[in-house]
Amino acid sequence: MSRDTALVSADWAEKNLDTPGIVFVEVDEDTTAYDGGHIPGAVKIDWKRDLQDPVRRDFVNQEQFSALLSEKGISNEDTVILYGGNNNWFAAYAFWYFKLYGHESVKLIDGGRKKWELDARVYSKDVPARAKTNYAAKAPNLEIRAFRDEVVAAIGVKNLVDVRSPDEFAGRLLAPAHLPQEQSQRAGHIPTALSVPWSKAANEDGTFKSDEELAKIYGDAGLDGSKDTIAYCRIGERSSHTWFVLKELLGQQNVKNYDGSWTEYGSLIGVPIALGDEPGKA
Amino acid sequence: MTSASNIAAGCAAPDQSAPLPASVDLEKETVITGVVTTAEGELVGGAYVRLLDASGEFTAEVVTSPEGVFRFFAAPGSWTLRALSRFGNGELAVDAARGVNEVALSVATA
Repeated sequence: MSRDTALVSADWAEKNLDTPGIVFVEVDEDTTAYDGGHIPGAVKIDWKRDLQDPVRRDFVNQEQFSALLSEKGISNEDTVILYGGNNNWFAAYAFWYFKLYGHESVKLIDGGRKKWELDARVYSKDVPARAKTNYAAKAPNLEIRAFRDEVVAAIGVKNLVDVRSPDEFAGRLLAPAHLPQEQSQRAGHIPTALSVPWSKAANEDGTFKSDEELAKIYGDAGLDGSKDTIAYCRIGERSSHTWFVLKELLGQQNVKNYDGSWTEYGSLIGVPIALGDEPGKA
Repeated sequence: MTSASNIAAGCAAPDQSAPLPASVDLEKETVITGVVTTAEGELVGGAYVRLLDASGEFTAEVVTSPEGVFRFFAAPGSWTLRALSRFGNGELAVDAARGVNEVALSVATA
C-alpha cells in the first residue's frame, strides 16, 4: 500500500518487458488503441466485453474472472502490470477488480498509455500467444466495494468523495448527450459529498501527483482521515482512480469504491440529492 | 444551462474524425474542433488535447485521430486548448461561440 508496491514507472516497465512472471495488460473501453499498437507483449482486456456481465447489471463474478484470466494466460503467481488510456481510468478500475478477487501482485504503470506515448516509446501490433492457465480468483473482498444502502447510510457519517467534474457534481450536467451510455434519472450529488475531481490527482502527462501534493489536495477539500471513505463518480471508473490514490498511494484504511456510482444512485427512488456547488446537508 | 458538456467527463473518447452525429444541434452546441500539427505542418495523430476552462482548470481531454483531428463539445466563452505529444507541446486560447469553432494547434519541443 504505497507507491513502491502499487506503481511502476514507464522506464521500469520498458526494462521489464521480457521478465518472466510479469504480464502486461492494457485495459480500455475502446480497444482500438490496443489494436493499433500496444506495449510489446501486453495482452488486452476489454472493459465492457470482458469485465461486465453480459446480462446482469454487474461486473464479472468470481468464476467469470477466473475464466477470463485463465483464457488470457495469467496465473495467480504472476505480477500483473496494468495500463490504459483515459489517464488509466479503466486500468485503475481493473486494478480494483484484481484486488477485489485477491490477486497478490498487481501494479499500475504511472501515466499509463499517455506517458508511454509522450515518451515516444515503442509499440507493437503483435498479439502475444500465452498458454492458458488455471486461474483461481478468491472470494470477493467486499471491504473495498460499497453498495447503495451503505452509501445512503454514509451520508453525513463517512467521507463521501464525488470525483466527477464540478458541473456534474452541481447537477448542471447529467452526462454528455453524445455518449449513449448509462444515464441517471436525476442530476446532482449525494448530500455531504466532497467534490474532488479525479483530475486533481493527476499531472498533465497522466502520472500521479506526489504523495505530499495528494495529501494536501484531499486534506484541503475536507477529507477527514479518521473516517471511512467511499468514492464515486458516474459509472465507477474515475472513482477507481481516486480509490487507488487514497488506498494504494496514501495508504488510508477503509476506502471503498461505489461502482454503482451516480448512474445507480441518481436513479434510486426516494434517496436525498443535493444540487449546486456545495456539499449540502445530511 | 450547462457550461461544459464534454467528452472526457464521460468515458472513452469517441472517434475524433467521425462526422458530427446528426443528433448534435449546432444551434445549441458549441463545438471546438481542429487539427494538431508540427511546426512543419505535419499532422499529429495520437496527441493528447486538453480543454482548460477560463480559470485554467482541467475540463476534458481527447486523443487526436490518425489525421490529427480533435473535437470538444463546450460552451460559449474563453477556453484554453493544450496539446501534448511525442513531438512536443502547444497551447492556444480560444473564444468560442455557439456553432462550430475551427482552430489549428501546433506543437513544438520546448
